Amino acid sequence: MTQHELAHPELTAITVDEDSGDLSRSEVILKGALAAGAVYGTFMVGPFVRKALAMSEGGDIDILNFALTLEYLETKFYEEAKSRAGAKGELKSLVDLIAKDEKQHVEALTATIKQLGGKPVAEPKFDFAYNDTAGFLELAQTFEDTGVSAYNGAGPAIKSKDVLAAAGSIVQVEARHAAAIRIQNGQEPSPDAFDPPLDEAQVLKAVEPFIA
Amino acid sequence: MASRLKDPVSRRKFMALSGSSAAAAAFLAACGSDDDSGSTAAGTTESTMPASGGDSETAQFGKGDLGIVNYALTLEYLEAAFYADVVKSGLFKGAELKAIEKFGQEEAEHVEALTQAAKQLGGKPAPEPKAEFPLENAKAVVELAGTVENLGAAAYLGQAANIQSPDVLASALAIHSVEGRHAATLNGMLGLPITPDGAFAKPADAATVLKSVEPFIVG
Repeated sequence: MTQHELAHPELTAITVDEDSGDLSRSEVILKGALAAGAVYGTFMVGPFVRKALAMSEGGDIDILNFALTLEYLETKFYEEAKSRAGAKGELKSLVDLIAKDEKQHVEALTATIKQLGGKPVAEPKFDFAYNDTAGFLELAQTFEDTGVSAYNGAGPAIKSKDVLAAAGSIVQVEARHAAAIRIQNGQEPSPDAFDPPLDEAQVLKAVEPFIA
Repeated sequence: MASRLKDPVSRRKFMALSGSSAAAAAFLAACGSDDDSGSTAAGTTESTMPASGGDSETAQFGKGDLGIVNYALTLEYLEAAFYADVVKSGLFKGAELKAIEKFGQEEAEHVEALTQAAKQLGGKPAPEPKAEFPLENAKAVVELAGTVENLGAAAYLGQAANIQSPDVLASALAIHSVEGRHAATLNGMLGLPITPDGAFAKPADAATVLKSVEPFIVG
């Protein structure tokens, strides 16, 4: 990704370094897109984002499998959290609710991939490093916000209108989770007027540290 | 007015219920072929399926994507005006006021972005409707806000699959999830489920959405 590919020279500050580690790449582009969205409006940012974030060319099954991987991660994360996160009261109810939703996303995506003639990816092994409720909430916020941006990024690459509508119905639920988790975390439920898209590579970079 | 407002909510609740306990069935219905859209497993009406061949209700705002953008712009104008009125009402202060101001500011940004989009599509942005909202007390206002945001999120979801331009779609998705965040926040304030439709949010078609905002449009 080079700077001359950017649609708007003003946005060169958010060019990303392919070699930067772990979360930084997605964080940088996320923050950049947020800031640019605030300044230029999302319709100015849209073309930049689509250029900067190479869209998946693997077709709907690949996109669904990618989403399935994220939903596996979230499901495992919240299932574990039931006994690990020290969640009580309202937060405990929220963890239970989200765990249930994510599990249904896994089931629906698995069934859809099969229906389209594809092979659902196997569930990876995950390793979530946190020691307390605060650590759990921080990770939860990252996963939910990243999940929203992952679906938003994949949306325009989805060929089937039916798959797009279904992905839309999932991403709205992810956004609702994200808002609730952010509130628990003492953060703004909607940090910006536009949830920026992330591409597959960026999302994988964000979740890689948790795949064992 | 309040009773008319309840219609879309109860309808969506009904749809959520009739979507049955098997949420996967609802998802698969949404993933089904166009041929199935008239009689979906979710038990919803034909009009809730965004893939069932366009949504002529948005045509009154323009052709194709322009109609969808202007339809969304009209809704965003209403949301922005609503929050602006609420801020002025003096019913809220402190953290609640701050949250309302923030949501209002985000809706105003949606208005700007959609106005720009309509122009970029070579069209004329929809005019701002003249709106009036009942602002009797804080609880009723938060309830109305919750209804409006849930409806707004469902409205975007209902259009996603109708949008042709990838850029317009990317932008609509970026707004859609923010409406979902707002809706969940307000539901939480009201002690309602943050995901009232369960694991899969339900779309609303333009006819339903427009009918439910009609009471607030005065000119």
